[in-house]
Amino acid sequence: MADSILKEVALTLDLAPDMEIEACEKACAVAELMGMSADRIDEVKMAMIEACINAIEHSEAADSKLYVDIAVLGTQEPQELRITVSDRGVGFDRKKLVKPDIEQKLKSSSKRGWGLQIIEGLMDKVTVASTGAGTSVIMTKTIAGGRAASRVGS
Amino acid sequence: MTDSLKLSVDRRDGVAVLYTDGYINNQGGEEIAKVAYELLDEGYRNLLLNLSGTKIVNSIGISILIEIIEKMIDIKGKLAFCNLTPTIDKTFHIMGLAQYTSIFPSEDEAAEHLVD
Repeated sequence: MADSILKEVALTLDLAPDMEIEACEKACAVAELMGMSADRIDEVKMAMIEACINAIEHSEAADSKLYVDIAVLGTQEPQELRITVSDRGVGFDRKKLVKPDIEQKLKSSSKRGWGLQIIEGLMDKVTVASTGAGTSVIMTKTIAGGRAASRVGS
Repeated sequence: MTDSLKLSVDRRDGVAVLYTDGYINNQGGEEIAKVAYELLDEGYRNLLLNLSGTKIVNSIGISILIEIIEKMIDIKGKLAFCNLTPTIDKTFHIMGLAQYTSIFPSEDEAAEHLVD
């Protein structure tokens, strides 16, 4: 059970194109430090990009900001990476989201709408909280598959 | 800012190979589509996308690749991908792209499939 925060990094970024790259570079640096394997870091990177793009494209946040919190969780050793991507935008109703289907998308003029499915497919656990005051996507991935974990958080 | 995608093409007998280098986002996807459609205009019906130089993609870029897949189905052409990173390969499978296009570990295997 990963119940303590061993290291935490908070970022505030402008909601602008390519900000997703800056956010995921920071997440990758933390994931490398905690000893996560390269393949798992790549999956974190891709999920992070999608979470940021969703905020950049859909949040309509008045402050035009994206808030990213990257936390290494564990008891004594790093066990889990938790990334929270938040905005203070208009939010969305998840019940109204239609799960994308490739067969339908091939026939449709709109090929988009894959972000959340990709995030859920690449991360171990995903929680989305959205209200009229903003959206938070909380994504976690365990270190499993990585090299021997080094102590983080000093 | 990220560097824009670099694209190069190898025109062979029966197949054109597109090599990507960089981030496939919306601009990168549009660039690939532009070149792919030019190759179709030139008469190519077999296209291979070698992604060995691409380490990251986003869903907007992949959505544009889906447009190319749709076009290839319409004209009864063949589109294949090769040299995907494990994460891009996994993402393509999550989205179901593997049902409508072919994915190969290496360029040789992909080219062999396309010119058969």
